[in-house]
Amino acid sequence: MELTTVWFILIAVLWTGYLVLEGFDFGVGMLLGLLPHRGPGRERERRVMINTIGPVWDGNEVWLLTAGGATFAAFPEWYATLFSGFYLPLLLILLALIVRVVAFEWRGKIDDDRWRAWADRALIVGSWVPAVLWGVAFANIVRGVELDTDHQYVGGFWALLNPFALLGGATTALLFLTHGAVFLGLKSAGEVRDRAARLGARLAPVTLVVAAAWAIWAQVAYSESGWTWAAVAVAAVALVLLVAATRTRREGLAFVASAVTLVAAVVLIFGSLFPDVMPAFDSANSLTTTNASSTHYTLTVMTWVAVILTPLVLLYQGWTYWVFRKRISADHIPESIGLTFERPTADAGTQER
Amino acid sequence: MDALALSRWQFGITTVYHFIFVPLTIGLSPMVAIMQTAWVRTGNERWLRLTKFFGKLLLINFAIGVATGIVQEFQFGMAWSEYSRFVGDVFGAPLAMEALAAFFVESTFLGLWIFGWDKLPKKIHLACIWAVAIATNLSAYFILAANSWMQHPVGAVFNEKTGRAEMNDIGAVLTNPTVLAAFPHTITAAFVTAGTFVAGIGAWWMVKLVRRGDLATAKDVYRPAVVLGMIVMLVGGVGVAISGDAQAKLMFKQQPMKMASAEALCSTTSGADFSILAIGNLSNDCDNVKHLISIPGLTSFLATDDFNATLQGVHDLQAEYEQKYGYTDENGDPISYQPDLTVTYWGFRLMIGFGIGSAALALAALWLTRKGRVTDKKWFGTLGIAAIATPFLASSFGWIFTEMGRQPWVVAPNPDPSGVDGVWLITARGVSVVPGAGGVLTSLIAFTLLYGVLAVVWYRLMHRYTIEGVAPSEKDPSPEARTDDDADRPLSFAY
Repeated sequence: MELTTVWFILIAVLWTGYLVLEGFDFGVGMLLGLLPHRGPGRERERRVMINTIGPVWDGNEVWLLTAGGATFAAFPEWYATLFSGFYLPLLLILLALIVRVVAFEWRGKIDDDRWRAWADRALIVGSWVPAVLWGVAFANIVRGVELDTDHQYVGGFWALLNPFALLGGATTALLFLTHGAVFLGLKSAGEVRDRAARLGARLAPVTLVVAAAWAIWAQVAYSESGWTWAAVAVAAVALVLLVAATRTRREGLAFVASAVTLVAAVVLIFGSLFPDVMPAFDSANSLTTTNASSTHYTLTVMTWVAVILTPLVLLYQGWTYWVFRKRISADHIPESIGLTFERPTADAGTQER
Repeated sequence: MDALALSRWQFGITTVYHFIFVPLTIGLSPMVAIMQTAWVRTGNERWLRLTKFFGKLLLINFAIGVATGIVQEFQFGMAWSEYSRFVGDVFGAPLAMEALAAFFVESTFLGLWIFGWDKLPKKIHLACIWAVAIATNLSAYFILAANSWMQHPVGAVFNEKTGRAEMNDIGAVLTNPTVLAAFPHTITAAFVTAGTFVAGIGAWWMVKLVRRGDLATAKDVYRPAVVLGMIVMLVGGVGVAISGDAQAKLMFKQQPMKMASAEALCSTTSGADFSILAIGNLSNDCDNVKHLISIPGLTSFLATDDFNATLQGVHDLQAEYEQKYGYTDENGDPISYQPDLTVTYWGFRLMIGFGIGSAALALAALWLTRKGRVTDKKWFGTLGIAAIATPFLASSFGWIFTEMGRQPWVVAPNPDPSGVDGVWLITARGVSVVPGAGGVLTSLIAFTLLYGVLAVVWYRLMHRYTIEGVAPSEKDPSPEARTDDDADRPLSFAY
């Protein structure tokens, strides 16, 4: 196989890792505003949700940085065209990811309702924005964009908001919401688990309809190859299974089904692109795995690095999930150990002499 | 301002923000690992309390370091797409390696460390923080290799057909003499930063507790912190000086214009003086500069170990570069190959000046804590807090000098003509075509405001947790790893 093809597949694998793992992180973040009931138990339920992904969200996010770095190394023209072309959507995604990172780590540091309310806003917005915009971005790549002869994107910002792309955004948002709900069903216990299961059962049929509509549209209108119908079929079967499993509350199966759906989505997206990486309206200007790639030497070096390191990453990330495999319920959540901004705890009562 | 100026401001602002937090993470993670190792080996609770205390500060800092770092991975493509096309074949490799070899390790094992206090056996839990510390330093190596390649390209050739730099030797890129000097310089500076941080906070608390009459905690917990911080600070300081000297010597060879600007050296001179203080209009007219205080021959000595060596001045280099590279501006005149003289001259001096700042704390601490002593001298506590800022400032000025001293190049030409002919690019040709000034202005404002707000929150959190101090030992009992799967036991840590 050509090394350019190997790297096309490897980047698809990195995006698969990102969307499957960060997908439920986004889902949990988006559900933070929807799932917990109103009332005194709300804070505790939110902490249950956040802590189901507490030890792993950071590692999950690195799949994105690696996908970005790998694209830069293997297909620099693609990296340059894509990120300068989709400048504003990417800016929004980055701003969302920034506030999300600090909100995770800083939320519990101060024991104050207003502080936590701000952190929750950051987590919710920081999850919704990328969940929608990654779908919009990928749909536009599948659909093709306006590139000039220098491979510069000249379509402007508003052209990115076409119906197909917006449906793509809705699809990823729904997929992540459902994925997050079934993940919570698998990782939490008690009230959160029940509510997540009920919500997952209600979300799954909607996701099935929207995702199937987008997938068929993508396949019929934009796919370069016929075999990607297989990915559409797998996604459809997985989505039907997801609906069935959420209705009967088979949590493990539901999670596998939503994960398989996301894998199938990546296969459909990348499969329908190949051998392009960024098709242009005028196909003479399209970026392909050949004209966008690095040299054979660079690809060879990077292949060795990836072949050695990727299995290790999977191994220790898998181990992390094993270490933190236990379900989390409200009973497991310790009292807040955050401080207040008012005055140091140790100084209460003592005076400096 | 045009897209070029805005993109330069944006990259400068976001990078300087990022590098406020980075040195502390790089230096503090091994220090926390050392503290935890001391606890695991000796069983002495003081080290556990210090591990927890500085661990909290590390995590507050780590979060914003990650947040400001995400942007950098994409900013090359967003704002500098033409640069990315030109260098991607070489520059992308260390970036991708950094993500695969370091980011994954630090993010995953930090999660294990934060949440694993009672889930992992003691030694495995300790190994997690060491993994974080090593990976943090490893990631610095890869990104510095990438940056060093821009300062001094190696292991690549210019391909006329594709119009880009193409890598032919990854070994040369990863063992670039520039990175072999820049890495120890950056790492030891990070150790000074973290050492000063730990010693400064320890000093402030020690004085406070002695004055309050709590001699036991002052002696037992904070004095060891001061001593540990001081050792790291001193070892790091020596490393900074040695590696800085090596780096300056390289720079005279690899980027003579940068050093000539740093010294405001106009004409080619034998036995060049080292200027300590200069006045006059430095902005790119070095004949206007009056050197007030100078040390004879020192610059020549720093460059070559010879007080009488001849060094090239700005004027001669400009003439040489005009001939060699022939870039012209929109009027057809040759461009200026000089970096901004004010920034390089003062950036260099402020770096060294602030770098020496923490030495005052080290010397005072060395004397005041000798032979198990503690002190109640209030000025010492104040000095401790004040000294914390100096390595941060020195790091910022050092990077501003390094990066702005490279202008007008984004990939500076390698003066040694062997092998890398044609691999150079001026910054003006590296900027993106698509987003335009409006797009970049939007992101510049957005990043600056958001980072500004986050930096304020970061400062308040760091301050609040610092003045809280170590928790009493009864609040931080030795964590026990338990694998009994007791269903109702609360988590040892939860967000």
